[in-house]
Amino acid sequence: MIRFDNVSKVYPKQTRPALRDVSLEVEKGEFVFLVGSSGSGKSTFLRLILREERCSHGQVHVLGKDLARLSNWKVPQMRRQLGTVFQDFRLLPNKTVGENVAFAQEVIGKSRGEIRKSVPQVLDLVGLGGKEDRMPGELSGGEQQRVAIARAFVNRPKLLIADEPTGNLDPQTSVGIMKLLDRINRTGTTVVMATHDQNIVDQMRKRVIELEKGRLVRDQARGVYGYQH
Amino acid sequence: MRAQFVLSEIGVGLRRNLTMTFAVIVSVALSLALFGGSLLMSDQVNTMKGYWYDKVNVSIFLCNKSDAESDPNCAKGAVTDDQKQQIKTDLDKMGVVQTVTYESQDAAYKHYKEQFGDSPLASSLTPDQMQESYRIKLKDPQKYQVIATAFDGRDGVQSVQDQKGILDNLFGLLNGMNWAARAVMALMLVVALMLIVNTVRVSAFSRRRETGIMRLVGASGFYIQAPFIMEAAVAGLIGGTLACAFLLVARYFIIDHGLALSEKLNLINFIGWDAVLTKLPLILATSLLMPALAAFFALRKYLKV
Repeated sequence: MIRFDNVSKVYPKQTRPALRDVSLEVEKGEFVFLVGSSGSGKSTFLRLILREERCSHGQVHVLGKDLARLSNWKVPQMRRQLGTVFQDFRLLPNKTVGENVAFAQEVIGKSRGEIRKSVPQVLDLVGLGGKEDRMPGELSGGEQQRVAIARAFVNRPKLLIADEPTGNLDPQTSVGIMKLLDRINRTGTTVVMATHDQNIVDQMRKRVIELEKGRLVRDQARGVYGYQH
Repeated sequence: MRAQFVLSEIGVGLRRNLTMTFAVIVSVALSLALFGGSLLMSDQVNTMKGYWYDKVNVSIFLCNKSDAESDPNCAKGAVTDDQKQQIKTDLDKMGVVQTVTYESQDAAYKHYKEQFGDSPLASSLTPDQMQESYRIKLKDPQKYQVIATAFDGRDGVQSVQDQKGILDNLFGLLNGMNWAARAVMALMLVVALMLIVNTVRVSAFSRRRETGIMRLVGASGFYIQAPFIMEAAVAGLIGGTLACAFLLVARYFIIDHGLALSEKLNLINFIGWDAVLTKLPLILATSLLMPALAAFFALRKYLKV
């Protein structure tokens, strides 16, 4: 699903690489936590998967494709098979919940009939059934994140990328979000989630990848947040 | 679905940037009106030049029957074949002459019809009212006087005219105006393009959240850019339509009514509606494509896809 081969990333005008010689593989259906302190390279790692950036050395394969050899105009096709969730939700404030979810289908040219069918379905799945016509501003943070997850999942991606999805939420709400992501993972969708939330990582007991100053320092099946510190 | 979605995005974008959109419309309208005006001015000059203008320097007009009655230069009657033969031989002997062309009354009538078409003056004319003439191209256009002194006042010659000399002053003026119009047009065009680039930049910035999300959910580059490009194209097309309306109104008021030059200067042949109408598609196409292209290139810089 994802394979990094000796990947390094140096941003222009910076001498210290954001990622150094990282090699790893994520299989289909896995749930992976990406941990590490700020500036450890987590965001760069995710941006490389989304091909917002290209790596400086090495090779990144996502969904069986070598991203370095993927031409620019094919990138959108690739991104349609990925779902993305962020700490700040990234919802459109002037569109309703239903429209926000539908937006992900409109921009890839789904028919109105398909959209009308799949939007309530996915909102039910994330536990927001019946809130289609609410505005994002009227919802709590946890509910907004559920909308974002619904939007990420509505096109049934093979891979879900979550960048600190619980970073803005209280612990109890976070547990709800994690249950939702776990449920999505059980449908066969691979989930890669960057997080700082120690409790969540310790409770879920999933694979943990730890980055430190751009290096891969730990890759542990059924791991915890930080075992050696 | 897609079309409706894109259209609503365009409407939102244009309204959000109303003042800027207005500025784009006005500058596109002005620059294209000047562009059209300059094209029409060239047309007008060409219309006035007539058949012989670019081909000869001097014309010797010969007396016809009606001149014999009215013109003192032709007091001795219409030109005879002998006189014509004599003029031709004399012209052929002169060193300054490069070519001589004889224009019969029928040919003169034909050329006149071509130039003035269906004007009231032309329709009342018959071929035998036309003058025969010798049209002369000189090796050195300045040597007009040589011909004039040799043939002015000769029997059968009504007049010797340096038409080019007379018209050149007028055409010089018109050409000058034309270049001035083009210079202003070029400046307005630059202003219009910069406004479009800036409008697109503001528009892209104010919608970076939407475009960022579009990118994340895998919208194609074209799909993200289309609303911006079409916004610019729609604004440009409105400006182009205004420019077209301006040209039509201007022709109406300058030539037909208002200034009514066609009545005051009825010897001059003016451009017709067809000349204006044929320019309109060009103006509309320019108004559509130019802003769209400007937006396209601006987006490459300001909108990462």
